[in-house]
This record gives sequence, structure tokens and C-alpha cells, in this order.
Amino acid sequence: MNNSSTNIENPVFSTESLALVHKIMKRYPEGKQKSALIPVLHLAQAEFGGWLSPKVMDYVASLLSIQPIEVYEVASFYTMFNLKPVGKCLIEVCRTSSCWLLGAEDIVHHIERKLNIKEGETTTDGMFTLKTVECLGSCGTAPMMMVGADFHENLTLEKVDDLLEKFRVENKQSRYC
Amino acid sequence: MGKKLLLANDHVPGIQSLDVYSKHGGYAAVEKALKTMTPDALVEEVKTSGLRGRGGAGFPTGMKWSFLAKPEGVPRYLVCNADESEPGTFKDRYLMERIPHLLIEGMIVSSFALGANTSYIYIRGEYFYIVRILEKAIEEAYAAGYLGKNILGTGYDLDLYVHPGAGAYICGEETALIESLEGKRGNPRIKPPFPAVKGLYQCPTVVNNVETIAAVVPIVNMGGAEYAKIGIGRSTGTKLISASGHINKPGVYEIELGVPVEEFIYSEEYCGGIKNGKKLKAVVAGGSSVPILPGELILKTAQGEPRLMSYESLADGGFATGTMLGSGGFIVMDETSSIVKNLWNFTRFYHHESCGQCSPCREGTGWMEKILHRIMDGHGKQSDIDLLWDLQKNIEGKTICPLGDAAAWPVASAIRHFRAEFEAYVNNPGSIKEVRHYYSVNNLQPA
Ligand SMILES: Cc1cc2nc3c(=O)[nH]c(=O)nc-3n(C[C@H](O)[C@H](O)[C@H](O)COP(=O)(O)O)c2cc1C
Ligand code: FES
Repeated sequence: MNNSSTNIENPVFSTESLALVHKIMKRYPEGKQKSALIPVLHLAQAEFGGWLSPKVMDYVASLLSIQPIEVYEVASFYTMFNLKPVGKCLIEVCRTSSCWLLGAEDIVHHIERKLNIKEGETTTDGMFTLKTVECLGSCGTAPMMMVGADFHENLTLEKVDDLLEKFRVENKQSRYC
Repeated sequence: MGKKLLLANDHVPGIQSLDVYSKHGGYAAVEKALKTMTPDALVEEVKTSGLRGRGGAGFPTGMKWSFLAKPEGVPRYLVCNADESEPGTFKDRYLMERIPHLLIEGMIVSSFALGANTSYIYIRGEYFYIVRILEKAIEEAYAAGYLGKNILGTGYDLDLYVHPGAGAYICGEETALIESLEGKRGNPRIKPPFPAVKGLYQCPTVVNNVETIAAVVPIVNMGGAEYAKIGIGRSTGTKLISASGHINKPGVYEIELGVPVEEFIYSEEYCGGIKNGKKLKAVVAGGSSVPILPGELILKTAQGEPRLMSYESLADGGFATGTMLGSGGFIVMDETSSIVKNLWNFTRFYHHESCGQCSPCREGTGWMEKILHRIMDGHGKQSDIDLLWDLQKNIEGKTICPLGDAAAWPVASAIRHFRAEFEAYVNNPGSIKEVRHYYSVNNLQPA
């Protein structure tokens, strides 16, 4: 997905992604192309910098021949869609029951201290955004966090340190799908 | 060792591929069903098996299938519910990741039984990597002639697609899931009409959980009557339990329904006992939505009978002293856990996940979260406990979908069984500050 226009002022999918959009639209019956909205928004978020700007949403609306408002109302309902820019590396720590019983709060506070940000914020260098999220289905391997699309489980503070270090060294860009 | 019908081969190397899966008996159910059975006979077989929905409500699957409307010339749909967002539940993930073809095979047989020619697997968006696993399995199934046009020369056509959600617990509720699959916000629909009459694209639709659909495969292979012999009473077959919390061996276990809870928690075959030699305090047996029970009541019913892992035994005593099997998300809490703080954590979840359509749920969950936070912080009043009780009563049964009930039951049960703990927080807040409510990850002993 590298020949796309990542210019979010004038977003255009790469040829490869456009082909995928058309393939996705064919999964649904004639006239029901709106069903493709969520899968296509995932693609758009992955391709246009990890978030959905109004321009990107308008572009998706035009691709699916629906009204922009139909895209906005969906994008704002689902927590996985970021309506504001996020850091290169999006860290989402599960805060629910099983993870929390096993120390999720410690993990969050530790990352806050290490990165010198609060939950919901992005580091000044634009590298990391930290969020907390609800149960991600890793309760048996708690505590856990998701980075982009990748699961990191059975966390300890040391493991978190190692991961943060690794992401920084690699200048990691989160994958979104 | 208990009987294994779903996870018998989950550790076979390469079982994710169609080749290895087939060598271990995979796709025999498709051959048998499509070549030797009629759709009606299949529905009967599932009825005979006594299989009940594994998504949480436990509704008899065969009966649900027989309600599907069949108007001439209108397509019917089967949608697999792989949204799996109930806190404490991770069994569908395990099944799809380990043996994706079991779900694909179940989808083919079930779609045939229902007369669906297009089916969808709606999977929670965060399971990106499983989407890839499933899509690969589907591709293999097309190549082998188990999907597509004229499957195995029987004239039956089926297309199967994976559809990701994007982070919303409510989309596990079947009508919200359908809305979401249509590309909308996940707002549950008012029933009736039920999806069996007007579901996806206003066409007759069945929504079933991943595990339910997978269980159809052994039912077809062994016959419904044989399946019904496994388990206990009206809890037939096996169930996947997601075990987590303060136990030595968290993970997904396939149990024969009817295993004693005590054996499940303490035996080496399953959870392996409580972590760090601590005592059991409480269990949430079926995912965050079901009533929490104190250790004594989860191990034994109010009558002193051993409690079993079955729909009936877990529900014994109603909500006064019992709970529900739910999704099988089994969360164990040891003696150091704070019921009040854990409840706040759950309530925050429901507040966050309420779709916002119904005032009692939208507003009530927020109030409960706020009041619990106040109590937890040592600023609660005695009257707050009664207020919480009133609030949950005013949510339960007063919403379009059962998310309201799911938010109310944990509150009601925590107060019912642990009222003294709430009162301690209110009456002696100073002492509470010393209590740690969770293990520190680097310091496994509570401070
Ligand atoms: C708030 C809410 C969330 C739900 N989440 C799920 C879920 O994640 N997975 C699931 O299979 N069923 C879930 N259900 C139950 C579904 O509505 C539906 O009953 C189920 O998918 C039916 O399948 P089954 O009969 O095979 O269990 C949920 C219900 C509610 C009210
Ligand atoms: S509670 Fe954290 S993944 Fe389930």
C-alpha cells in the first residue's frame, strides 16, 4: 500500500486497495454496498495514517455511493475508528476485569510514566499514543495490550519496557489490518 | 479425561490446513449432510441433539432453526456471531485460531440445513489476525469444492464471507450485529419482528454463535441421539469454558457438561486451583453479565448439593442463590479481590458499551459507575447502596435489548451477596485505602 496518496487533503486509495474495495463490495447483494462500509473504513484507516479525517470519510462515502453523514455516524460509533490523529504507534491496554485483576492498572501507570503522557494522549514527538480499551478476548493471557493490530499478552512491566524500547528503535508504525 | 468433540485435535500440527484437518476426519459432516440428508432431516437431528446456543442465552438451536421463515423467492441468511466481546470470554477466538476448518465445516452444513446460499461470519474487528486465518481456510475450502457452486456435485451453492466489526460490545447482540453488518451503527432493533422473519436485509436470518455452529459438525457425524447422551439432563454435549482470573492454569477447556464446579476449579486437568495458594472468594461463571457468586455458593447450591457446570445446576436457586452458564466466561477471584472495585470496573464497561438508545441503560449505567466510584474512593454514603439497588432495578427489563439486564445483574448480585463489603467501604473508608484490589504484576503478593 505504498503508491497511494497519503495526502489526507486529497485521499485516493492505491490501485491495489481500490481493487480490494471492489472485491469487498461484491460480498454483499446488489444494492447493499453500504455493508462494505466498516471493512472499507478499516482499509482507509490503515492507508491514511491511522485515523479517519473528514476528507477520508467523504472519499469513502463517494466510493460506496452513500451520503457522508452515513459514514460519520458509523465512524463515530465504533471505538476502533480514530477520529483524531494518533501517534505512529498506537498502544491500547485492556482495562477490563480479568486483565485488571492481574495488574492492568499497573501496566497503564507504568507506560504513562515511561512515556510521560496520560492515558488518551500522544507523546510530543508523535511516536506513541496510549489508550485503554475494554476486554479484547485475551483474558486467559492477561494482562494484555494491543499495538496496532498485534496482541501482546502475559505482560509484565519488564516485557512492556522491552516492547517500548523495541518500538522506538524500530520506529514502529502500527499495522491496522 | 472428559470427552472432547470440538478440541479433540486442536494440538495436531498443521490442523489449520484443510489437508491435515481432512486427514483427521474433517469435512466428513459436509459429505454426509449434503449427500445423504435433507435440510429438514438435519434440523431434526440438531433438535434431537438437544444442542443449546453457546453464545450466552442457551436457546435450543434446533428450535431456533425451525422458526426460520421460508417465503418463496426470498433469500435466507446464516450469520455466525464471532463478535465475542463479553468480558472473560475468549473461547471462540481459540476455536477459530486453532481449528478454523471446524467453523467453516459447521457453516456449510448449517447453511445447507437452513437453505442459505450466502453466509457471513461477523467477527470482532480486533481479531484481525483471525480474519486472515479464516479467509485462508475459506479459500482452501473453495479450492476443494466444499464452497462455491454445485458443492460436491449436489447442486447446492454457498458463498461464505468474513465481515469484521470495529469495536462495539453491543454488536454481539444479534439485531445490533445485523444492523452493523448492513453498514450502520450497532443499535439493536425492536423485536418483533425477529430475525427469523426479518433479519439481514429484511430477509429471514439465523444468527448463531461460533461454538454452536462448530458443534453441529460432531452432531452430524455421530447423530443427534448419540450427542444427547453426552452431558447431563437438558445440558447436552460439551461446552468450551474460558477460564481466567486468579487461577493457576487459565485457558480454554472443553468440558463435558455436568463436571462439578469444584473439580473444574481445583483439578489439574482444568484450572489447577487458586493462584499463590490463596482462598477462593467469588466466581463470575458465565461472562461479566451473569450474577457473581461467593465461593460457597459456586461450589455448592443453597441446598448443599455440589454445583455442576451445566445450564440447570448453575441456575439452581434462581438469582437469589444461583447464576447462569452464559457464555462460559469463568472469572475466578481470590480472597484479596475487592468486590466493590471489580463491580465498578464492570459497570464502567457497560456504561462505555451502552449504545445509547434507551434512557434507563444510557443514563443508569453512568450513574451506577459514578456512585460506585464514589463508594470505592471512600466518599460513599449508606444511602448510595440503596440507590444502586434502585438504579439496577430500574434498568432491568426496561430496555430494547438485554444489555440493560447484563448491566443490572452484576450490581444486584454483588449487593445481594457482598452487602457487608459495600457497608465497610461506606462506614470505614480509612481502612479500605489499605486494601489492594489486584495483584501488582511485578509483585505477585498483594501489598
Ligand atoms: C449485549 C449482548 C452481547 C452479546 N454478545 C454476544 C457475543 O459476543 N457472541 C455471541 O455469540 N452472542 C452474543 N450475544 C447473544 C446474541 O444476541 C445471540 O443470542 C446469539 O448470538 C445467538 O446464538 P446462539 O443461539 O448460537 O447462542 C449477546 C447478547 C447481548 C444482549
Ligand atoms: S479482560 Fe482483558 S482481554 Fe479480557
